[in-house]
Amino acid sequence: MKEKEILNAIKKIVTPYTQRQEGLEDFSEETDFIKDLEVNSANLVDVILDVEDEFNIEIDNESMEGMLTVGDAKNIIEQKLASA
Amino acid sequence: MDYKNILEKLPYSTPFLFVDELLKVNEISAEGIYTFPEDSFFYIGHFKNNPVTPGVILTECMAQIGVVCLGIFLLENENSDSKNIKLALSSSEVDFYLPVFPGETVKVVSEKLFYRFNKLKCEVRMYSKEDKLICRGKIAGMIKNELA
Repeated sequence: MKEKEILNAIKKIVTPYTQRQEGLEDFSEETDFIKDLEVNSANLVDVILDVEDEFNIEIDNESMEGMLTVGDAKNIIEQKLASA
Repeated sequence: MDYKNILEKLPYSTPFLFVDELLKVNEISAEGIYTFPEDSFFYIGHFKNNPVTPGVILTECMAQIGVVCLGIFLLENENSDSKNIKLALSSSEVDFYLPVFPGETVKVVSEKLFYRFNKLKCEVRMYSKEDKLICRGKIAGMIKNELA
């Protein structure tokens, strides 16, 4: 799967949980889920569960803790897809 | 672990404790009952001269039995002693079917939808003594042990 496709999928997943709409306008790998999009911690769990469903992967606690930005999420998804 | 142990760990007290007894708690579900005392504080104003249990209180009762008690069980089951439980309600979506009047006893039945990364989401239903559905919905919360 291409990098761009993964980023688009993440954007689609996080959109309904986003409080700060401006954060979506300049969506990039540097986008921080909590600081830039103002996703709350409970909805961050929903984002991760949706990512698991979308990519058919399993994200463990350790990976979850490292998922602060869109780029972090993309890297974890790529790793999991590669090792699947 | 017995259910008394769970009740003792609930971080609520009168007038905001809405659990009398737990009937069943396991990895995937919880069941408990509560009787709304006729002199509960909210009947004074809800409504004027017409006491009916507020929906937010029914939701709270469902959350305490269905999500918090189940969550404490899951935390204890995981490992540690849950001394400093940190809780936050994260979402609730409830439909109401029947009113609950002062003195009524209700039964709450909860089934776990998922418990991941400290978030517990449940499908919760409340029944009257006659086993009629009072309300039902999905309630989620964040629950964890804060290490002192």
